[in-house]
Amino acid sequence: MSEQAGSPSAAHDPAWEARYHRNTFIAMTLFFIVAPSFIYPVFLMKALCFALFACAFNLLLGFGGLLSFGHAMFLGMAGYTSAHAAKVWGFPPEFAILTGTAMATTLGFLVGLLAIRRQGIYFAMITLAMAQMIFFYCLQAPFTGGEDGIQSVPRGKIFGLLDLHDTLAMYYVVLVIFSAGFLLIFRVIHSPYGQILKAIRENEPRAISLGYRTDRYKLVAFVLSAGLAGLAGATKAIVFQLASLTDVHWSMSGEVVLMTLLGGMGTIFGPVAGAFVIAAMENYLSELGAWVTIAQGVIFVICVLAFRRGIMGELEAFLRRRRK
Amino acid sequence: MSDISIPALMGQLLVGLINGSFYALLSLGLAVIFGLLNIINFTHGAQYMMGAFAAYFLLNKLGLNYWWALVIAPLAVGATGMLIERLMLKHLYKLDHLYGLLLTFGLALIIEGIFRNEFGSAGLPYSMPELLSGSFNLGFMFLPKYRAWVIVASLVICLATWFLIERTKLGAYLRAATENPALVQAFGINVPRMITLTYGFGVGLAALAGVFAAPIYQVSPQMGSSLIIVVFAVVVIGGMGSIMGSIVTGFGLGVIEGLTKFFYPEASNTVIFVIMAIVLMFRPQGLFGQR
Repeated sequence: MSEQAGSPSAAHDPAWEARYHRNTFIAMTLFFIVAPSFIYPVFLMKALCFALFACAFNLLLGFGGLLSFGHAMFLGMAGYTSAHAAKVWGFPPEFAILTGTAMATTLGFLVGLLAIRRQGIYFAMITLAMAQMIFFYCLQAPFTGGEDGIQSVPRGKIFGLLDLHDTLAMYYVVLVIFSAGFLLIFRVIHSPYGQILKAIRENEPRAISLGYRTDRYKLVAFVLSAGLAGLAGATKAIVFQLASLTDVHWSMSGEVVLMTLLGGMGTIFGPVAGAFVIAAMENYLSELGAWVTIAQGVIFVICVLAFRRGIMGELEAFLRRRRK
Repeated sequence: MSDISIPALMGQLLVGLINGSFYALLSLGLAVIFGLLNIINFTHGAQYMMGAFAAYFLLNKLGLNYWWALVIAPLAVGATGMLIERLMLKHLYKLDHLYGLLLTFGLALIIEGIFRNEFGSAGLPYSMPELLSGSFNLGFMFLPKYRAWVIVASLVICLATWFLIERTKLGAYLRAATENPALVQAFGINVPRMITLTYGFGVGLAALAGVFAAPIYQVSPQMGSSLIIVVFAVVVIGGMGSIMGSIVTGFGLGVIEGLTKFFYPEASNTVIFVIMAIVLMFRPQGLFGQR
């Protein structure tokens, strides 16, 4: 997307940026470590899964400039796979999650091959359509349990040691998975590969003229993003012991766009903030029914019209201004 | 495969043609809007639904019948569309196209949410206009009059739109503005107003499709959301470059879907997406699209 919050060209100061990222990361991690003592842990786990999902999505949109409107297919398919692996095949949780992630990565490779053949708006429509196809597949395939989904998935013992039926144990496992995914994304963004990806976002013809095979870079970004979204979905299925159609529905694809947009696309921490706000809204306003959908629509409209930098983008801009 | 029963096959073909009419009308509206505004109108499905609800209100609150609805609903919904364009969309033309998609997606959520709040998720019935109830006996099958009417009327509307855009002076302005709005404006044509009217027109087509759909399907808040995703796939398959292309692709895919429902019903929901994948492999710009 052309208008970026905190894009590297504006107010370039790598030392400050590194310090800002390090301090925010430390603050965030400390918060998550103590949070279960005053916030309902099940809600925190849901929000962390969504946060990882949104970070994976942001890797593609914020740094690759590719708007996927079908990311629910990776979340959902990974969820079904990991739930099936844990329940029917009796896999321990770590392998169930890995199986789900591998599934999403493979699916991401196949869908990515097709989707990167078009750009911009077409890319969004293609991913949306592919996700709808996956939705209908999940609706009809026997192993997904149709409308019921896969229920009462066992959480099991991770590495045969820690019983995950204990909520706090589960919470810290989710936190470790989230942090690992987050750091991986952070590393990718700041690697030479990430720099080229940003260059492609800014000006693809120029990147091509410099000799980069942009399609390959985009495909790798898509596969990475799909795999990490799958990691989130696979973990979520184990946490909630449930894989259902909600996670493959197009509205979930819309939600992850909303989380990223609200938090600030192209920022490192934005998707986490956005995911927490949206998850909180769903959790605490759920009795309002369709009003949640309306509120989400209103947030979309406001973000697009007047708040394009998102929460963290605005915060970063504020901190930068204050430094001057 | 069991032996083929002709009436059942014809029945599915008919359903396919009906769906094809909706695909054609909706993808036509999307293509016209995209041509001038460079926005993919995600609200299109919600506006189709609003058309159907408008028909329902006109009948049940004001006592105005189907024929009135055919005229009033597209105008009313088109007017709300123009309002949206004036208040919101026009601020986005200088930004990345994706913002238009996100804004219209948000609007679709709002509209659907409001209707779901008011009317719940259950469908409301809309009675068939009397003139068109009953059916023709074609010997090998019964053809419901209303369905025949929808197919013929949609085809006429599509062709009229094609004529308007490709063969009239107004259409020439429109095509010129699609190519180069600044230049057309320099010739003294009010391009912003043209953009507003174009959006209204595209939205009106969606609402008209909604009125056509009301007596066939139940009028319900979510009737548009899954339809619009299929229409997006139709648009990717056809490419948005040509008006005639949208019409042909819309009807063609409807028929293919109908045939799939007959020969291999399990795949009927997904066949259009599979075709999209195949087209992307061999002709990424779409059947009628230019690079």
